[in-house]
Amino acid sequence: MMRRRMRFGQQFDTALGMTARGGLVAVVVRTILYAVIVLVFAGPLLMLLVGAFGRIADPTGLSLVPHHLTLDNFEAAHRRFVFHYLLNSFVVVGFGLALQVAVSVFAAYALARKRFRGAALVLLLILATMMLPEEIIIIPLSVVLADLPVVHLNLIGHYAGMILPVGAWGFSIFVMTEFMREVPVELEEAARIDGAGELRTFAQIILPMCRPAVGVIGVFGFTMIWDQYLLPLIVATDPTQYTLPIALRTLRSDEEVGLGVLLAAALLSLLPSVLMFLGFQRQFMRGLTSGAVKG
Amino acid sequence: MRVAVADVTDTSAPAAAAGRPAARARRYARWRNSAVAWLFLAPALLLFLYFKFIPMAQGIRMSLYEVRPYLGDRWVGLDNYRTIVTDRTFRAAIWHTVLLASGTTAGSLLLGFALALLLEGQARYLWFVRSAAFLPVVTTMAAVAEVWRILYYPAANGTLNGLLSWIGVGPEPFLASEHSSLLSIMGVGIWRGAPYDMMIFIAGLAAVDRTLYEAAAVDGASVVRRLRSVTLPALRPVFTILFTLAAIRGLRVFTEIYLLTNGAPNGSSEVLMTLIYKLGLQQNDLGVAAAGSVVLFAATVVLTVAVRAARRRGAAG
Repeated sequence: MMRRRMRFGQQFDTALGMTARGGLVAVVVRTILYAVIVLVFAGPLLMLLVGAFGRIADPTGLSLVPHHLTLDNFEAAHRRFVFHYLLNSFVVVGFGLALQVAVSVFAAYALARKRFRGAALVLLLILATMMLPEEIIIIPLSVVLADLPVVHLNLIGHYAGMILPVGAWGFSIFVMTEFMREVPVELEEAARIDGAGELRTFAQIILPMCRPAVGVIGVFGFTMIWDQYLLPLIVATDPTQYTLPIALRTLRSDEEVGLGVLLAAALLSLLPSVLMFLGFQRQFMRGLTSGAVKG
Repeated sequence: MRVAVADVTDTSAPAAAAGRPAARARRYARWRNSAVAWLFLAPALLLFLYFKFIPMAQGIRMSLYEVRPYLGDRWVGLDNYRTIVTDRTFRAAIWHTVLLASGTTAGSLLLGFALALLLEGQARYLWFVRSAAFLPVVTTMAAVAEVWRILYYPAANGTLNGLLSWIGVGPEPFLASEHSSLLSIMGVGIWRGAPYDMMIFIAGLAAVDRTLYEAAAVDGASVVRRLRSVTLPALRPVFTILFTLAAIRGLRVFTEIYLLTNGAPNGSSEVLMTLIYKLGLQQNDLGVAAAGSVVLFAATVVLTVAVRAARRRGAAG
């Protein structure tokens, strides 16, 4: 009876009711299916990895099997300033992410822990910004960036022009707010009775409790800023200011290693966010589901 | 600290004597509370104002003018919008955008759902397959586009054509032909969109009540019947969310097209965003480009609101 129950339980674990057991044919079919899925989705990226370390002159040479291992492509990439572009990307993502996380944490503290008139309006405004991604407002944004109203600064041609517009992100603020609502009020009251001021309560009570959420918005903010394309494209006035993603287009071929230089550069451009994903999968999944629920 | 002291007097002192100062203290506390809130919100609101709302307002304004740098803008009313509706290139771009967005959305949803059903479960190897399949989602779009541009190489010995020749198909021109460029781009979109949808579906599947599966089995329902009557209804909200997200993303697609074809060949893959980019930033026709952006924004808002309304009606009825 007990054993039957267990088998039953497993059968109802998934929608299709497939179990690890089953005949040899079922196992083989499933293994092939999984292999195909991995090949289709990870295959192109594996080819990129293999190609970056191989001798590939023309677009017909991509394969999954490494041959003639070499670092020539990376040398060519270095000659073509790829590491400079990579540094640019890191500068933008470093400052951008620091700003974005700080801004989100501050805003979330107000939205989650304070009751004030206009809170509903603020939430609505932030929701509205999520319907205004860079792409949709890119034309007027390029005009605004060239001459910021009131302060009259020109951010075109400056890294600040790539950093400030990603400094506030509705998604991060929402995820953070949702999390901060969960922190028990008693903790805050206790701190207040102990004589802690607003900033100290915020920094020493609320913030440490929210470390997991900071991880989530950090990981998502990183990929979001790293993947920016149109914004750096309109801000950079000189190729020396290119971030790596927008520099890829200028690296499609090289007189010495041909296509290899592009593969090396593309690998370097995708490695940071892929490593981020592999290293912080748990945070990623949490943000993914909460983000989707928020719409 | 003063707040706490005031509260103490409020409860211990006789009501008549303490009434006034306590009320003032409460008012002060409330005022202080909102002042702190607005102070903490200030950085976010300032950044949003400068880089979202002012550009939006500026975009609407520009769409009603012929924008002439150094000469002063000239009011043209709705002429820019008229251009969008009547111009052949613009109409083609709108059509391509709609086709691409719906194709990518539908393809990603279907494939993502199928993947979710196949890869749902606790086993370690399933986790590995899921993670591998998810890699395209976290890969920089620019790198993805460059890789696929190479895979799609139209000669017979191109990577994908080489694979196709094994099963006796091809060689296909992919991006190089007017007839297949949009479909090829759709393929890349689905390749990157399906694993994302899969992960959300899996999260949704985990929340389905297991006893319902068991009850269906007791009633003698087949797996297909169970999917239709238990799984799909439970996942309806997930479908709605993913549909909205994907459709909105599909409408504003830029990077992959800019890198894969930039609208070529012969404008067969030109979408709204690439056209807006060309008009606004390369040909300096800022007014028409701004009008195009406003149309895109309106489409996004309409789509979001319509889906929300449909969902609410569905939930009520």
